[in-house]
Amino acid sequence: MNLADSTPAMNTLLGSEADSQRTLYPYVTGTSVVGIKYKDGILLAADMGGSYGSTLRYKTVERLKPVGKHSIIGASGEISDFQEIMRYLDELILYDNMWDDGNSLGPKEVHNYLTRMMYNRRNKFNPLWNSLVLGGVKNGQKYLGTVSMIGVHYEDNHVATGFGNHLARPILRDEWHENLTFEEGVKLLEKCMRVLLYRDRSAVNKLQIAKITEAGVTISQPYSLKTFWDFSAFKNPTVGAEGSW
Amino acid sequence: MSTVAESVPPKGGFSFDLCRRNEMLVQKGLKQPSFLKTGTTIVGLIFQDGVILGADTRATEGPIVADKNCEKIHYMAPNIYCCGAGTAADTEAVTDMVSSQLKLHRYHTGRESRVVTALTLLKSHLFSYQGYVSAALVLGGVDVTGPHLHTIYPHGSTDTLPFATMGSGSLAAMAVFESKYREGLTRDEGVKLVAEAICSGIFNDLGSGSNVDICVITKGKKEYLRNYMLPNPRTYVSEKGYSFAKKTEVLLTKITPLKELVEVVEGGDAMEE
Repeated sequence: MNLADSTPAMNTLLGSEADSQRTLYPYVTGTSVVGIKYKDGILLAADMGGSYGSTLRYKTVERLKPVGKHSIIGASGEISDFQEIMRYLDELILYDNMWDDGNSLGPKEVHNYLTRMMYNRRNKFNPLWNSLVLGGVKNGQKYLGTVSMIGVHYEDNHVATGFGNHLARPILRDEWHENLTFEEGVKLLEKCMRVLLYRDRSAVNKLQIAKITEAGVTISQPYSLKTFWDFSAFKNPTVGAEGSW
Repeated sequence: MSTVAESVPPKGGFSFDLCRRNEMLVQKGLKQPSFLKTGTTIVGLIFQDGVILGADTRATEGPIVADKNCEKIHYMAPNIYCCGAGTAADTEAVTDMVSSQLKLHRYHTGRESRVVTALTLLKSHLFSYQGYVSAALVLGGVDVTGPHLHTIYPHGSTDTLPFATMGSGSLAAMAVFESKYREGLTRDEGVKLVAEAICSGIFNDLGSGSNVDICVITKGKKEYLRNYMLPNPRTYVSEKGYSFAKKTEVLLTKITPLKELVEVVEGGDAMEE
């Protein structure tokens, strides 16, 4: 199958001048986001790092944002694409407010909007390079969902993006249960974020936790986790074999 | 070059002679033979009296489970055991080889083997094969200098750690260790934590599964707990049993003792030298 034979329209889609219009790889990226449902609503946690390849370039990137009255969104992946997504979401919420009909978009609707947007961009070979977590409460109903950059979407009691899938999901599967209190929920999220801090090279020790309940959204101030490095094997690894490593 | 090759002993390390021939064959369309991998979760931790090693028991060949209950904790010495992840043949062969070398060394020195000896033998072998021997190992044991736990990577680098995980399920198991490990665990706490970490690998990683094997090594004693936990039992077994379809007839049952067919000549000539 020769690309040169296809119509000019097809050619420009995959031609070199069109390449500058498509996302080929991410540049400034955020690492994992972890989210859980708890008794009163949803808790999301994300650190504040923006990596430029292997350099830790930005250390105060807010990756958790409120959306409308009923939802919060957390994003990992390309930061500029997240900023674009926030512009689309702000426009969506604005138009919804302009209807002034007493109804407002809930988390399920916002999740669906994001899914359609991500999937459509992926079909045009120009994805928004993000994995998103969308959580919220409306009319007492809690909702927590995720969308990936190719449009894979699902909702669950606990979600994570990126490395969080491998390191945090196992912990959440074991220790999450219905009706966690706020303190238990934060402790569980901090446990996951600590493991990510130890084992994910692009993690930074500066995180925010976002809470959403029927009453509203609260995004905490940035803070850091305590880490433990005093294992005796770390202090003297070559005991028993001087000179080895 | 070909006339000299037979009489010269191999210099050791990886021989790249056949690589060009293999590449040529692949270009001509030959499908290279696949190998049995042990997509795995293996862990080790140091507790107050010694070392505990753990492993799952699934061996995979691509998407298929080739062995539901294989043994991934290999014997190295009475006081040293080694878990292996990666290509099953490589882990078996390399641990067997070093185990024999350790035995000869014990005869030579008259002393109990040390973990660092096994470590150095393994790492120098793996390094000389430049990563082509695809064995990732968790080596643990207790010798005169105390308890030791090491990880060895296929290219030959090693780490000395208080707790370690390797294999495809290593992230799931490490999540459990990083959140729950502390120094000075008792034996029961340690075994429970190791079992939890392996279960995390079994249930969260597709390359690991089936049962949990545990090996507890302390000064002067070792306990090899094969199939310590069976969290994946076969839940349905037909009560009716399995019978042959009606059309199958057993025609004849005849037992022929083999000795009648063999003529044993007593007092015959001795075998030719």
